[in-house]
Amino acid sequence: MRETFISLAYLFAAGCFVLALKWLSHPTTARRGVRTGEIGMAVAIVATLVSAEIVEYQWIVLALVLGTALGIPLGLLVPMTAVPQRTALSHSFGALAAGLVGTAEYYLRKPDLDASTMVALGLEVVFGFLTFTGSLIAAGKLQGIVMDRPWIYKGQNLVNLAILLSALVLVGVLVADPSKTYLFPPVIGISLVYGIMLVIRIGGADMPTVISLLNSCAGLSASMMGFVLDNKLLIIAGALDGSSGLILSIIMCKAMNRSFMNVLFGGFGAEDTTAGAIEMRPVRSVDPEETSFLLDASRSVVVVPGYGMAAAQAQHKVRELCDVLTKRGVDVKYAIHPVAGRMPGHMNVLLAEANVPYDQLYDLDAINSEFAQTDIVMVIGANDVVNPAARTDTTSPIYGMPILDVDQAASVIVVKRSMRSGFAGVDNELFYLDKTQMLFGDAKTVVGEVIDELSRLPTREVAGV
Amino acid sequence: MDEILEASLYIFVLASFLGYAVITRVPGLLHTPLMSLTNALSAISLVGSLILAGAGEGTMATVLGSIAVFCAMTNVVSGFLITDRMLKMFKRREAPKKTEAPTEGVNAR
Repeated sequence: MRETFISLAYLFAAGCFVLALKWLSHPTTARRGVRTGEIGMAVAIVATLVSAEIVEYQWIVLALVLGTALGIPLGLLVPMTAVPQRTALSHSFGALAAGLVGTAEYYLRKPDLDASTMVALGLEVVFGFLTFTGSLIAAGKLQGIVMDRPWIYKGQNLVNLAILLSALVLVGVLVADPSKTYLFPPVIGISLVYGIMLVIRIGGADMPTVISLLNSCAGLSASMMGFVLDNKLLIIAGALDGSSGLILSIIMCKAMNRSFMNVLFGGFGAEDTTAGAIEMRPVRSVDPEETSFLLDASRSVVVVPGYGMAAAQAQHKVRELCDVLTKRGVDVKYAIHPVAGRMPGHMNVLLAEANVPYDQLYDLDAINSEFAQTDIVMVIGANDVVNPAARTDTTSPIYGMPILDVDQAASVIVVKRSMRSGFAGVDNELFYLDKTQMLFGDAKTVVGEVIDELSRLPTREVAGV
Repeated sequence: MDEILEASLYIFVLASFLGYAVITRVPGLLHTPLMSLTNALSAISLVGSLILAGAGEGTMATVLGSIAVFCAMTNVVSGFLITDRMLKMFKRREAPKKTEAPTEGVNAR
C-alpha cells in the first residue's frame, strides 16, 4: 500500500517536472511552471520521507535544515550579475551529491553489483566528481578568484585525454570485477583531477558553453544515480537536466561558430593581443553633449549591450536613457546576442532586473533585418558580437560567428572604456568605420552624462511621429 | 538484458527526447531561468540521498548520505527561489508612458 502511494507520488512529480519546463516556454506562464516544479518536488520529498526504508531521522533533518539555511541566501541574496557563479556552484553541489551517493552505494553493495549497475555507478561517480571540481573552478573563474585566462601548456590535450581514459579504464576493470575495492578511490581521485584540468584551460569567453556542458554532466550523473537506485523519477529528472544542458551548449557553440571539440581542446582566447600597433589607427570620438544631439534627432535607436555594460553596473542608467528617448518619441529596442553575458540568457535577466520590458528585447534573428532601417545603434560594452570581421575576414579567429549587423545602421555610437580588444583578442573594424563614433569612458558615467545633456534640450515635437 | 534495466533505458531515452522537445521551445530570453530551474529539478537526487542517509546502513552511508542531502537540499531551495526571483522581473511594456511604474499587480500570483 505504502509502496504504491510512493510510486504514484514519484510519477506525479515526474509529470510536474515536465509541465514545469513546458510552461517555461513563455514569460507569462513561466512562474506557474516554477510553482508546478515546487509542488512536484515537495510531493516527492514527502513521499520519500514516509517510505519504509528510512529508519533514522535525526541526521536527515539536520542536513535538510542546514541545506535550507544555505539555500535561502543563495537564492535570495545573490546579485543578478553573480548568477553564473551561483549556477556553477549549484552544478557542483548537485554533482557532489550524486558522486557521494554513488560512492556509498558501491561500498554497501560491492560484492553483488551486476555489470550494468556497475557501469551506471561508475559513470555516476566519474561524471559526479569531475563536474564537482570542474564547476568549482568555473565558479572561481567567474567570481574572479581563479585566473580568468586559460592555463595552457604543450601536450595538454594528450595529458587530459590520458587522465580521462585512465578513469574509464579503471571503471571498466571494476565492471569486470567489482570486488577490487582498491581501484575505487583512484577513480574518484582521477575524476576530481580531470574536472580541474578540463576547466582550467578554458577562457572567459567560453564560460557560457562550459557552464551548459557542466549542467549536462550534472544531469547525466543524476540520471545514472537513478539507474543505480532503480528510481525512475531520478532518471527522468536527470535526463531532462542533461538534455537541457546539452541543448544550451549547442546553442552557445553555434552562437560562437565553434565546435565542442574546439571549445574543450582549442584554447581559444588564449593569445594575448591586447597590445599592438594596429590600435593606433585613428577613430572618430564624440562627447556626451554631441551624443545627446544625435540621439535626440534620431527616430529609431537600437541598444546593443554586452557584458561590459553589466560589469560597469550601467544597465539602470541605460534603461533610464531609453526611457528619456522613448518619451521624446524615439523608438528604442535592445539587441541581445546569444552569448552576451556570462551564461545563456544572462543579459536578458540583467536588463529585466533594470526594469526593461521583455518585449523590447530582441534576439539576433529578430533584430538583424532591422538594422538597415535604424538611425543609431548604441553599442555599450559589447565588442566581438558586433565585429564585422566575423562576416568578411576569413583569417579572423571569430570568422563565421553570427554577429549583430550593426554596421548596416545609418550610424553607430560605441560606448567603450578604451580601445582594448574584446574577449577573443581581436581588433574590431567597426570602430574605424566612417559612420562609427566612439564615446570613451565608463559606461555608467557617460550614459549618465548623456541623460543630463538630453534633459537640457528643449522638448521635441512628437506630433508628426 | 534484465527487464528493470530495459525499462530504465527506455525511460532514459524517452525522457531525453521529451526534454529535447520541451526545452527547444524555451526562448533565449529565459535561458538563465531555464538553467536554474532544471538545476533545482535535478536536485531530486535528494530522494536517493535521503534513503541512503536514513536507512541506518552504517556510519559511512549516513555521513555521505547526509552530506548529499545537504547539497541537494541547498540546490532545491536556492534553485526554485532564484528562478522565481528572476521570472518576477520579466515584465511586459505597460501603457507606453509609464515604463517605470511598478507592475507587481500583474505578475503577483
